[in-house]
Amino acid sequence: MNLFDNRRYVFIVFTVLIGLVFIVRLFFVQVVESSYKVSALNNSQSHVVVYPARGLIYDRNDELIVSNQAAYDIMVVPNNVRAFDTTWFCNILDITKQNLEERLQRAKNYSWRVRSVFMKQVSFDVAAILQEKMYRFPGFSLQSRTLRKYARPVASHLLGYIGEVDKRILEENAYYAMGDYIGVIGIEKSYENILRGEKGLQIFLKDVHNRIIGSYEEGKYDKPVKVGRNMTISLDADLQEYGEKLMQEFVGSIVAIEPASGEILTMVSSPTVDPNMLIGRNLGETIRKLSADTLNPLFNRALMAQYPPGSTFKTINALIGLQEGVLHTTTSYYCDYGYYYRGVHVRCHTHRAPLNLVESIQHSCNTYYCNVFRRIMEDPDYENTEEAFNHWRDHVASFGFGEKLGSDFTNELKGNIPTAAYYDRYYTSGHWNFLTIISMAIGQGELLITPLQMANMTATIANRGWFYTPHLAKEIEGEPNIDPKYKEKHYTTIDAAHYEPIVEGMDLAVNGGPGSTARIAKIQDITVCGKTGTAENPHGEDHSIFIAFAPKDNPQIALAVYVENEGFGGTWAAPIASLMIEHYLKGETNRTWLEQYVLNGNTKKKKNEEAAQGTEDTGNEEEG
Amino acid sequence: MTRRNNIYANVDWISILIWMLLIVFGWMNIYSANIMNGDGTILDFSQRYGKQMLWIGVSVVLIVIVFILDAKFFPFFAYPLYGLMVMMLIAVFLFGKEINGAKSWFVLGGFQFQPSEFAKPFTALALARLLSSHGFTLKSKRSLVLAGMIIFTPALLILVQPDMGSTLVYFAFLLVLYREGFSQNTMILGASLAVLFIITLLTDKSLIVLGIWLVALFLFRFNVGGKKVVTGIFIPGIAIFGLLFAANYFSGMKFPIYHVTLAAFAGASIASLVAALKSRQPAMLKILVGMFVTVLFVVSVDYAMNNLLKEHQQQRIYVTLGMEDDPQGVGYNVNQSKIAIGSGGFAGKGFLKGTQTKLQFVPEQSTDFIFCTVGEEWGFIGTSLVVILFVVLITRLVILAERQRSHFSRIYGYGLLAVLFVHFTVNVGMTIGLLPVIGIPLPFFSYGGSSLLAFTLFLFIFLKLDSNRLELLR
Repeated sequence: MNLFDNRRYVFIVFTVLIGLVFIVRLFFVQVVESSYKVSALNNSQSHVVVYPARGLIYDRNDELIVSNQAAYDIMVVPNNVRAFDTTWFCNILDITKQNLEERLQRAKNYSWRVRSVFMKQVSFDVAAILQEKMYRFPGFSLQSRTLRKYARPVASHLLGYIGEVDKRILEENAYYAMGDYIGVIGIEKSYENILRGEKGLQIFLKDVHNRIIGSYEEGKYDKPVKVGRNMTISLDADLQEYGEKLMQEFVGSIVAIEPASGEILTMVSSPTVDPNMLIGRNLGETIRKLSADTLNPLFNRALMAQYPPGSTFKTINALIGLQEGVLHTTTSYYCDYGYYYRGVHVRCHTHRAPLNLVESIQHSCNTYYCNVFRRIMEDPDYENTEEAFNHWRDHVASFGFGEKLGSDFTNELKGNIPTAAYYDRYYTSGHWNFLTIISMAIGQGELLITPLQMANMTATIANRGWFYTPHLAKEIEGEPNIDPKYKEKHYTTIDAAHYEPIVEGMDLAVNGGPGSTARIAKIQDITVCGKTGTAENPHGEDHSIFIAFAPKDNPQIALAVYVENEGFGGTWAAPIASLMIEHYLKGETNRTWLEQYVLNGNTKKKKNEEAAQGTEDTGNEEEG
Repeated sequence: MTRRNNIYANVDWISILIWMLLIVFGWMNIYSANIMNGDGTILDFSQRYGKQMLWIGVSVVLIVIVFILDAKFFPFFAYPLYGLMVMMLIAVFLFGKEINGAKSWFVLGGFQFQPSEFAKPFTALALARLLSSHGFTLKSKRSLVLAGMIIFTPALLILVQPDMGSTLVYFAFLLVLYREGFSQNTMILGASLAVLFIITLLTDKSLIVLGIWLVALFLFRFNVGGKKVVTGIFIPGIAIFGLLFAANYFSGMKFPIYHVTLAAFAGASIASLVAALKSRQPAMLKILVGMFVTVLFVVSVDYAMNNLLKEHQQQRIYVTLGMEDDPQGVGYNVNQSKIAIGSGGFAGKGFLKGTQTKLQFVPEQSTDFIFCTVGEEWGFIGTSLVVILFVVLITRLVILAERQRSHFSRIYGYGLLAVLFVHFTVNVGMTIGLLPVIGIPLPFFSYGGSSLLAFTLFLFIFLKLDSNRLELLR
């Protein structure tokens, strides 16, 4: 049509040219070059996948807590199986002929041509015998695998475990093959790519008798195995073990954080499981059994249980009041066994009155905080309750509540801080005020907070206004730094100066003598600051909560203790927290009487084992 | 007038025959690569070959629909279809499922659907519509920008998924522009930039800058006669660099040559720029501008290579360029693929007799690396047959495209053959180790419903247009 018509020939010439290049290349690769040629026998090449040892895990004191042990799987390619000495084979594996047939059939059902597991994790002795005679069993091969080994029977929730890859992972990630292991949960899952290393491949040449006669092309096409990288986590294994011991009679959790770094020192979720139970060929069975337990020992309460914070939340409301200028250190309120307003009654316990701010924390006065909450919600600086509420909520959110903190766990939950929109929907806009939501004054109501978030809040108070995202990673082999997000300081919206009276109140709650709510947590020589709390639980008895940090100046440890269904926070949670602090700071504890008291647990015993996970708690106006 | 109405007489049976051969041969290889146990039925939908059979059935339905539709449908709805596709690409980025690190799939029930595959025919339609529109000329900048937007909007959306391979395919449409009269010099310039790109990856950057400099010097000396500039600035500069290089090379010192080169280059360039402006010689300015652009290109390629590409992508490019002879590492796939193909020999091991390509050793053996199975089981005979089929198909499409009266049909045809050309070249090239491993399927051949349906649609829309070539005039 025009002068560009000739360009068609460029296309034809190029296409033919490329075709010719390909054909010449293919001729070389397939016909001329011998190096790619393989003898006509199907089995002349044997590919052996080499599994890397998984990275080791050390605790903060360089104690090796997770290591490896070898195990062997017997693999089979049904297509390559020839007649073999079944009697000898069955004897050595200690199985019947019928069982052998079943196993073979299962492998065939999976695939005739692809290797699959014939028998999982045979002992080292059996594997050693088989190794020598393997040439007599064409189609069968041994595959070494690494299983985990745990130095102490603790911390299964946080370490997690490894299990065989499932179908979904096989489809989504080309790295994994059937029968491979992968971190299922906890650290093993979060740092899978670090810990697993990379599989290698060796190609061997075999003779007609199925015996290996050497490596193919001098190993030119082999792929070297990359060993998994080791890592150090911030866990204090000793403290963890102690914590699990203290919690053995209770359901609940302990989370301890080093405030200055955000490193998690301990994360107990009780009841727990010995991690050594979570290895080996019966893993699936074990998991099924444990999941059926009403108390669900596999459920990580520290990350996933969401409870109302109870009176511990009074610290937050006080801080917000101070920041918003509606509360001062000198503000005092009278308390006559509760707060009465328009027919609403929030009860309070016996204590002297009136109280100022510091004393209100010390004695955990409900009336005081109902008044504070009213002042926050009716702040004349804001147009209406809704606006005041939104400001309050922003302050609360700055402590990391209502969202996932972003720790190195994949199964962290975010808790709940209700929004104004939620109340607008529930009560319609303009039809709710401070009294409607008064239960949040004392940490009840719709508020839901996980123990990890609670420990983080304690660390934030200990730091007087900032926190690092809680995390376990401390050092990863081959990487100069851990994730930079753990090195980023998060400041709350509250000025540092406002924390002092709160810390003072928490000091007095422990060390203030008669009338203080947590005297039991007092430790000789260490100034512990603490706050009790009780989370209401519609399913049964209240949950006991205690948050604490110590020493008061230059805090080394901040923790939150939750004990489910055991009532007032001072009863169990406070002594447990106190013992944990003493153990961590002094390395031992002298108070055997207190230890015995905790270890013997509740004499009532767990009469009523409702698996209360506190996830659906809704509040009503009661004591906190 | 019977010729006009008889679809059987007008349709191009050669193309259809090749399509059928490719589909059938492709399915046989997918069957062989995936057959798990002895007694699987062909229609086992839990297996890939069963699914592929299903998709072949759907393709036939699609073909019937394409042939029932009026040929004018395609130019008429080219833009709306394109717009719909762009929206799908945005939606997949927002709501899609991530598989193997790319968010390019919708999952509906048990089926996965990859919009980026369908974006190709619709881009070709829209491009054909634009280029054939009245008064369109590639000489106007505005038109070029419009064409560029049509081509690269889907390409960008696919790039962010991220799917590098499918993005690169869109450069095929530049070949269409070339056929339609896009400046040959620009194409050559583009090609030289590509060569410079490869050289940049292969050699030391400072050497390249130095080289560009020398070329500029040469041009100055013999074209312009800027004797002063040459002797006054360039020669001492080059001498100093020679010394620095020698010092680094022979005595192991570590001058930061690259940065010194760039700094000195900038300084000297400004000096010669001043000289050029003073002497009022436009030729000299041109040379200088050319020099700047080239150096800028080298520097940005270097930056992109080290900062924008993922490590494994960098590695693949390096391995293909022969810079890293590392069969253990990233070259692993290619080596396994070559072993598999090579093991087939001249006549192959026979249908279902292959061992290397069965799952474990060659990755993606029924999608991107399906050509391996052909090589192993059908040998050189099989592989060269596939190559010949593609060459014949593409050249046949050139002939068909050229016999169109309507510009729209011709441009669309070129879009089709250009995309087929790129897919064929890149896929086979990577399997036999001539090109980097870029994950794109072999058309009609690789496993995958989206790819099969999209390419079938792509081809048969053209065959429909072709069968109506006597009626379609514009």
